[in-house]
Amino acid sequence: MEKCDFHIVAETGIHARPATLLVQAASKFGSDINLEYNGKSVNLKSIMGVMSLGVGKGADVTITADGDDEKDAIAAISDTMKKEGLAE
Amino acid sequence: MTKILKGIAASDGIAVAPAYLLVEPDLSFTKTTVSDAVSELDRFKNAITASTSEVEAIRDSAKESLGEDEAQVFEAHLMILNDPEFTGAIETEIKDQKINSEAALDETAQKFIAIFEGMTDNAYMQQRAADVRDVSKRIMAHLLNKELPNPAAIDHEVIVVAHDLTPSDTAQLNKQFVKGFVTDIGGRTAHSAIMARSLELPAVVGTESITADVENGQTLVVDGLNGDAVIEPSDTQVADYKQKSEAFLAQKAEWEKLKNEPSVTADGKEFTIAANIGTPNDMQGVNDNGAEAIGLYRTEFLYMDSKDFPTEDQQFEAYKEVIEGMHGKQVIIRTMDIGGDKHLDYWDLPDEMNPFLGIRAIRLSLKNEDIFRTQLRALLRASAYGKLGIMFPMIGTLNELRKAKAILAEEKTKLVNDGVKVGDNLEVGMMIEVPAAAVLADQFAKEVDFFSIGTNDLIQYTMAADRGNDNVSYLYQPANPSVLRLIKHTIDAAHENGIWCGMCGEAAGDSTMFPILLSMGLDEYSMSATSILRIRSLMKKLNTEDLKELANKACYISETAEENEQLVADLMNQVDK
Repeated sequence: MEKCDFHIVAETGIHARPATLLVQAASKFGSDINLEYNGKSVNLKSIMGVMSLGVGKGADVTITADGDDEKDAIAAISDTMKKEGLAE
Repeated sequence: MTKILKGIAASDGIAVAPAYLLVEPDLSFTKTTVSDAVSELDRFKNAITASTSEVEAIRDSAKESLGEDEAQVFEAHLMILNDPEFTGAIETEIKDQKINSEAALDETAQKFIAIFEGMTDNAYMQQRAADVRDVSKRIMAHLLNKELPNPAAIDHEVIVVAHDLTPSDTAQLNKQFVKGFVTDIGGRTAHSAIMARSLELPAVVGTESITADVENGQTLVVDGLNGDAVIEPSDTQVADYKQKSEAFLAQKAEWEKLKNEPSVTADGKEFTIAANIGTPNDMQGVNDNGAEAIGLYRTEFLYMDSKDFPTEDQQFEAYKEVIEGMHGKQVIIRTMDIGGDKHLDYWDLPDEMNPFLGIRAIRLSLKNEDIFRTQLRALLRASAYGKLGIMFPMIGTLNELRKAKAILAEEKTKLVNDGVKVGDNLEVGMMIEVPAAAVLADQFAKEVDFFSIGTNDLIQYTMAADRGNDNVSYLYQPANPSVLRLIKHTIDAAHENGIWCGMCGEAAGDSTMFPILLSMGLDEYSMSATSILRIRSLMKKLNTEDLKELANKACYISETAEENEQLVADLMNQVDK
């Protein structure tokens, strides 16, 4: 299982558009991918799940991937986080 | 069978086209238990498949007719339709609790809506609640075999028929194909009516029963001059209406000649006739009708036409476009007037007993300073590109005005310190629409550069009559002496303190009110662009010498609005002789 922590810096947190992009990025992989925040974990392939967490600015989140392509998945998600100015 | 409905003429012009009903079907259902969960699951999955292909089609046509940005929302809908946590939860409920799809869908959707709406500190998330609602409605319609209207998918000329048109409904309409509006309820100052005038589309409102009387696709005439809606007209009627339309266009052409003329009275006194606009798209109408300024730019449409709060840059671009488009003529931009009957899908405001007396306009801005500051920064940046006036709506106390001005001054200092250019001829003014502010106009006048009287709300608040409520529409009396005294007091207070006073309510463009306002010495008259040339032609006929007594008579001798209407009618008879 691969794991990576992010500190959210985007002013509005993970809202509509960035959430959509994260879900799209995660959906390309076969691995089970989860987003953990505040003791809750949701399927990163679910827009409703991601948004229902209400991740705001300054939040620390963990993304885990479990499966054959877990390394690539984490790399792609980190990439999206940085490109969108979401997290450090 | 031809049928004629009487309504209120809300926007000039005549159009003939098939009716398009913007009416939601009844989506109520009963919760039942199912014996065969497997076939119930199939029924649910079929509804998802049907909804998905429907949304895909809407998205494609929206992309073509409205653009990528407007189509974005449908991408979000598709993601929800195929979301494992959403559909998965519904499927689990059907399987485990053996309930029908409708009940499972409703329960799951309500759960997500509650989560999103609960995020009161995050407007973006709250918008998701509206998306979930829209998607659930669509799935529900398929489960119940009902059809939902898809205004974004209109691809031929239509006349939109609705119970009432809310600002968010009109934002979704494909304006290229909409030739007119007919509604069940509303009056001349309803938003559907104002929107129709700003789009220069004929409209008839308040017909009471048009949604029940006309079917989708039936030919419909909108006569926005008389307030008639004709269902299935005969060939002769269509010919008559064509003739009437031509006569109307001919008069318009006559007024057209005044387009580049100054606004002067018969005795050579100059005044300003300005336009009210809602978006930069209205600039065409402003220039076509020869406006001498923009007296009211309603910025709330920027918020209502978008899926999220408009950013500082998006606002800056819109304001700059309008300011530059006026080539040095003044543009008065009003800070957002949200609340009352204007809502944002992505901003969940509390339900109020009396929204028009609740947290709206400047009250909302002062409570949500971050949103207010973003708008002020965009305005200040845009002020470098021409002559801007920033106007605060719904000011009721000096304290509110001072707070708003202090925030504006802070943002200005920040921008100047950052080396950003801000216009040096910026004016700061306020709307006079709360009676309390009109009464204290002499005190307010010492702290602003201008007033603009918003008659729609001033009348509604003075008469304590909801302007959208047909049962009390008789109380909506612009010419009532009580209203006129407040207006006169405001104008006099402005002049005594050396500032100018305008009006941006419907009364400024009203042929009966105009002579009275002129007699009071109102400086600026801001109206729907389509009224400008009619009023300019009226102004040319009036001599301020003949009007001298009118203001005092109307305010202090007359006892009713009817008497004042008669005063003006008598005056116009004299003038026309």
